[in-house]
Amino acid sequence: MELSINQRKYRLPDAPDRMLLWVLRDELGLIGTKYGCGEGQCGACTVLLNGEPVRSCLTPLAAAKEKSITTIEGLERNGNLHPLQEAFLKVDAMQCGYCTSGMILASAGLLSRNPRPSEPEIAAALEGNVCRCGAHPRIIEAVRLAANGGVR
Amino acid sequence: MTGLEPERYELSSAAAYDFKPGRREFFQRVGGGILIALTLRNAEAYQESGHTRRDEGNEMPRTVGAWLHIDESGGITVYTGKVEVGQNIRTSLAQAVAEELRTPVSTIRMVMGDTSLTPFDRGTFGSLSTPQMAPQLHRAAAAARKLLQELAAERWLAKPEELVVEDGKVTDPAAGRSLGFGELTKGRNLSQTIAGPVVTPPSAWKIAGQAFTKVNARDIVTGKHEYPSDIRRPGMLYGKILRPAAFGATLVSLDAGAAKAMPGVTVVHDGDFAGVVAPDEISAEKALGALRATWKTTPQPSSKDLLRILRPGPALRRSAPTAPGEKLVEATYTVAWIAHTPLEPRAAVAEWNNGNLTVWTGTQRPFGVREELANAFHLPEARIRVLMPDTGSAYGGKHTGEAAVEAARLSQAAGKPVKLVWTREEEFTWAYFRPGGVIDVSASIDRDGLLTNWEFHNYNSGSSGIETPYAVTSKKIEFHPVNSPLRQGSYRGLASTANNFAREVHIDELARAAGLGPLEFRRKNLKNQRLLAVLNAAAERFGWGGGKQADEGHGIACGVEKGGYTAVCASVRKDARRGVRVERMVTAFECGAIVNPDGLKNQVEGAAIMALGGALFEAIEFDNGKILNPRLSAYRVPRFSDVPPIDVVLVNRSDLPSSGAGETPIMAVAPAISNAIFDATGTRHRDLPMRPFA
Repeated sequence: MELSINQRKYRLPDAPDRMLLWVLRDELGLIGTKYGCGEGQCGACTVLLNGEPVRSCLTPLAAAKEKSITTIEGLERNGNLHPLQEAFLKVDAMQCGYCTSGMILASAGLLSRNPRPSEPEIAAALEGNVCRCGAHPRIIEAVRLAANGGVR
Repeated sequence: MTGLEPERYELSSAAAYDFKPGRREFFQRVGGGILIALTLRNAEAYQESGHTRRDEGNEMPRTVGAWLHIDESGGITVYTGKVEVGQNIRTSLAQAVAEELRTPVSTIRMVMGDTSLTPFDRGTFGSLSTPQMAPQLHRAAAAARKLLQELAAERWLAKPEELVVEDGKVTDPAAGRSLGFGELTKGRNLSQTIAGPVVTPPSAWKIAGQAFTKVNARDIVTGKHEYPSDIRRPGMLYGKILRPAAFGATLVSLDAGAAKAMPGVTVVHDGDFAGVVAPDEISAEKALGALRATWKTTPQPSSKDLLRILRPGPALRRSAPTAPGEKLVEATYTVAWIAHTPLEPRAAVAEWNNGNLTVWTGTQRPFGVREELANAFHLPEARIRVLMPDTGSAYGGKHTGEAAVEAARLSQAAGKPVKLVWTREEEFTWAYFRPGGVIDVSASIDRDGLLTNWEFHNYNSGSSGIETPYAVTSKKIEFHPVNSPLRQGSYRGLASTANNFAREVHIDELARAAGLGPLEFRRKNLKNQRLLAVLNAAAERFGWGGGKQADEGHGIACGVEKGGYTAVCASVRKDARRGVRVERMVTAFECGAIVNPDGLKNQVEGAAIMALGGALFEAIEFDNGKILNPRLSAYRVPRFSDVPPIDVVLVNRSDLPSSGAGETPIMAVAPAISNAIFDATGTRHRDLPMRPFA
């Protein structure tokens, strides 16, 4: 079967039931997508499917084929970071950083449907993403910064 | 079963010192240049922990704390056994070196927690990295700066003190000449052991003490950083462990026939240990599912019986008559066992080569894990290398090497490198927990509202922060170890959270009994000026004593531990949907001279948010050897909607040595919230978690 990931085509053995997370990490080496809970509760494995955030630990390949998959590795374009990546750097919105990929992708999904979210809207969109280090205030600040024209 | 898993850094036993790499081996391995070996013999390094070590007074090399190497091309590398788990020391320690060498932070390479390259280190815990390692690295780098000046002075026949070190060069401003670090170190094999030259005083810092973006932040936001669970090795296979049916269960029999028949699967069965290795994660899971095991179980206790398990006798009630006018307040407090829940579960990749073992794993004690591996495989430590890639957090929960030992056993059997990443359920079940506890407090005040008697008994949760900072004429404070039904160990702040919860809620009750406001009562009974300073700072920022809504309550609490002083004001509101909601918190914190204000604020905020979980809803439930809520869907950790606005007030005492900040800010949050809930509702919450919900 064929998957389209970060605007590249990958040919893979046919395994419609396999979860996208493990294929990304173990077969394609896209290790920026993290395992955190395996039940869609922590958001560390978030990727975009046609621009919508999904939990790759619960997404079988069958649901991902013929869709455009974006992982954290695919946000950078021609050496330029995505505005959210810039903003997370700018406000140091991480401690251990293990949740960061998922936070950025969930936020990217939010900004694509709501480019100027309020603080409660950001918090609501990220409710399913766990940051155990407690960087929540900075993550919200980073998303606001990216939404308001980003880092200058 | 053991009692309290030691609050590990409180162990006073001497470390198993490592003499390798010696200087000669070091130069052979990394090339020439100049090497500063830093010793740990200065008294202030132990001031914080208050322990003496058996080796005090021995030869210098026994206590090397870090190496600072400037290679022949001028590259600067720091080798330290400390590790990065999100507390930002990779950056703050690099800042310390950059400061003294007058060079950009980006030019400093930090090699951390690699048992073959870095000097022995007992572990990264106890908020000791900043108070111990940062001043030492300042000293090492200052010594390197002086050595470079001397090398240049020798070359130019100039006076070292007239030369300026900046931007990777030594410059002679008078003669208008300069030499790069590499030109000075080329062909050298110079080493120096230092005890403590003059360093730049914090007031003159230009790099240290400044907000600075994490040195590897770009790798994190682009997904490139390799955490332990991301390590891949050529030919690597994937492992899974067969877990017992319950705590205390033993393996009676194992039928591995079906698993063994699967392509590429190896089954390992060694006593009570059983696991599988397969070419990928999914096949490993299937093979594990195909194992047929019979376990022998024994009856195990239940979390519903916490009080009875930990303090089987009656609650403390004072029998002595009280003095005229004296008021007595007595109460019992409990705290539940909770899970660290690091977002990255335990993970290890193990690889054997000619009888030598290399393991990448997430741990706060890489040298401790090396020792565990040496014991498990009867190998000399010299044949084992443990590397610790910057890890997806720990909070005191990764002092041990379970995954490392398991991965190494699987790899040994499979003859290939093996990766083992614990599932969330395994992390919730087979890691260790923050201890549960029961605390009895009996205290009295005189007619002037001064504390006269303080009796405090902690069962099981630990002794950290058990001493009271309040002035009191008569006191009795005891910690009672108990056989814990669960495996338990260090957790951010250790028992100071439990002890301070009981103490500060009790102080609130005493204040009300005295007819005084909680702030006023504390001011009256505290003599500790640093604690009073943070208390006042928090109260001022919060607007303590100002107006509030009818359904709103305010609470205040403070605490001191490990050289850090914290005070929290909280505002809560009755909420029709959620019962009670924390609306706002102010945390004031002081830990001496501030090394990195932004990093410090991050730690204080993070500790406050983590504290919310233990205060309001986190509890491990167990029954008959099983964890009943070993999933994030059943064990609630703080999420965005739980986090109120948090105002952090940093009190900078640049005249005092820095203490660590990763832990202490956690300790005053729960009591401040409990006191605020009482203020709002009249209900006193004496159990953690409080679950103050409708």
